[in-house]
Amino acid sequence: MPPLAQRNLFHDKVRLTVTLTGIVFSVVLIVVQLGLFFGFTTATSGLIDHSGADLWITSKNVPYVEQGVAFSERKLNQVRAVPGVADAQKIIAHWTQWKRHDGGEESVQIVGINADSPLERPWNLVQGRVEDLKSPDAIILDELYKQKLGVTRVGEVFEIGGHRARVMGFTHGIRSFTTSPYVFTSFKNAQNYTRLREDQTYFILVKVAQGADKAQVRRELLAHVTDVEVFTTGEFSHMTTFYWMFTTGAGVAVLIAAVLGLVVGFVVVAQTIYATTMDHIREYGTLKAMGAPNSYVYKVIMKQAAISAVIGYTLGMVVSVFVVRASQEGGAAILMPPSMAVAMFFVTLLMCVGAALVSINKVTRLDPAMVFKG
Amino acid sequence: MHSAITVRQLTKKYEEGATGTLALRGIDLDAHAGEVLMLMGPSGSGKTTLLSIMGCILTATSGSVRVAGREVVGLREKDLPALRLQHIGFVFQGFNLFPTLTAGENVELMLDLKGASASAAKRRAQELLDQVGLAGKYQSFPADLSGGQKQRVAIARALAGDPGIILADEPTAALDSHTGHNVMEMMTELAHKRGRAVVIVTHDSRVLSFADRVVKIEDGAIAAPESGQVPAGLLSPNVSQAAVGLV
Repeated sequence: MPPLAQRNLFHDKVRLTVTLTGIVFSVVLIVVQLGLFFGFTTATSGLIDHSGADLWITSKNVPYVEQGVAFSERKLNQVRAVPGVADAQKIIAHWTQWKRHDGGEESVQIVGINADSPLERPWNLVQGRVEDLKSPDAIILDELYKQKLGVTRVGEVFEIGGHRARVMGFTHGIRSFTTSPYVFTSFKNAQNYTRLREDQTYFILVKVAQGADKAQVRRELLAHVTDVEVFTTGEFSHMTTFYWMFTTGAGVAVLIAAVLGLVVGFVVVAQTIYATTMDHIREYGTLKAMGAPNSYVYKVIMKQAAISAVIGYTLGMVVSVFVVRASQEGGAAILMPPSMAVAMFFVTLLMCVGAALVSINKVTRLDPAMVFKG
Repeated sequence: MHSAITVRQLTKKYEEGATGTLALRGIDLDAHAGEVLMLMGPSGSGKTTLLSIMGCILTATSGSVRVAGREVVGLREKDLPALRLQHIGFVFQGFNLFPTLTAGENVELMLDLKGASASAAKRRAQELLDQVGLAGKYQSFPADLSGGQKQRVAIARALAGDPGIILADEPTAALDSHTGHNVMEMMTELAHKRGRAVVIVTHDSRVLSFADRVVKIEDGAIAAPESGQVPAGLLSPNVSQAAVGLV
């Protein structure tokens, strides 16, 4: 096929620039919004997803991990007695106040763990070791929040909930969805920092024995441990994510922005391809007069849309990669997994091809007799 | 002579609101292979409408139109493009070349529609441009060509589909007399040497001498000669009195 589509597309460089700008804007906006959404969902459920546990035991009616209700830590023994439980650990995850050296205070989320257990250990350590949490008053926090909490180096001492805390290490990339950073410490320290009674805990994490039926263990736990809820890690993760993303409306807001990006891109591409089609309407009339079937004309227009999509997507992705990389050092990470990048290509293609349908409709109705009008 | 297009009792009515306009009234006409037939008449007489129906672009309201032996009145609209592609080549007043394609690519486009491979299309396009005297203009864009050269590219494109019928709407209107003369010589050659049926709609009295037959259209009907005589100014050396206005 002679390069009619390409030539018509590149003939008007101003219009092509407008088309590509619209597509790039749309791609970047969708990537940023969806990336924020994925970043948010990762942040909301990170503590649960990285726990290493199969089951989470909570008080009744706990809707998400930040809303834990304390219960008796004696239930831990009951849990360990259930067949199929390989390991069970008490965990604290609760808010408290961090005092900076300048006197200011920040809200933090204390995560109290058993440093000897593989469950709920801090991940991505860049300085220090998890075992350092066995030291008195030891804490580990993410380097992203150093400035917020007034931390400059390992060894510094701060006050949390009226108790001493010594920074023993840093992680990288452990974000909190709320403005309160996670601070990992021993279970005992966590009880002090959060003013929790010695005989209480907020959660019990369960590792199911290899070969045991997780659903069966769950049923046994519910039968033998009273006044608790038992969730799989996936369920509790989903509940927490759902609360922050949809019950608060935060996720809906970014998804709406993503849809808006799609609409803007669609409208811009539809308008410019339509304008290009109208500029060349006599040519399409001539094609039809020559005997070209409608499908041939459609191919020309669709090719223009597809070429615009490919170029716009490529440019949009280049910009998006920069934006994603720049966000990694900020409080709200924009995530772009490879699957999203691939999906975006098809979304962009679909958007441009769909927008071209407006022009398709026009040329379908085109009367080839118009070529005889001067 | 073999009749490439046969028109019998052709009428065309444009429906416009409550009333309609009768553009063609009972036209009877043949276009023969190897002949240059000219359709003349004032603006609004219906000659372009007639050409459009003969070219399977417009549909008739009633009557019969046979193109290459096939009845086209009553065909579905979606069947007409294939018919045009197979049997008819068009030459337009405004050339109607694709400005973003080179002269060669304009001709290739028709060949692509006919299903030719890219290499075959290139080869054939070059041959056709050679035939119309534009051997060195393959890579030239229409903007770089003169009016006469553009029309010759258009003729080459019309021939690319190897049609038996060439329909031309005012092919010399945008050209000076010398260039128009050259284009008409080419059109005449298509008929006399290559056996095509060439039908030309024209206002241009300068080109009458190229016609084998002239048909005058007035108010949607073929104008009958007064007293059996040819109206003044319509005769060409190739045209007999009996042939003017008659089947």
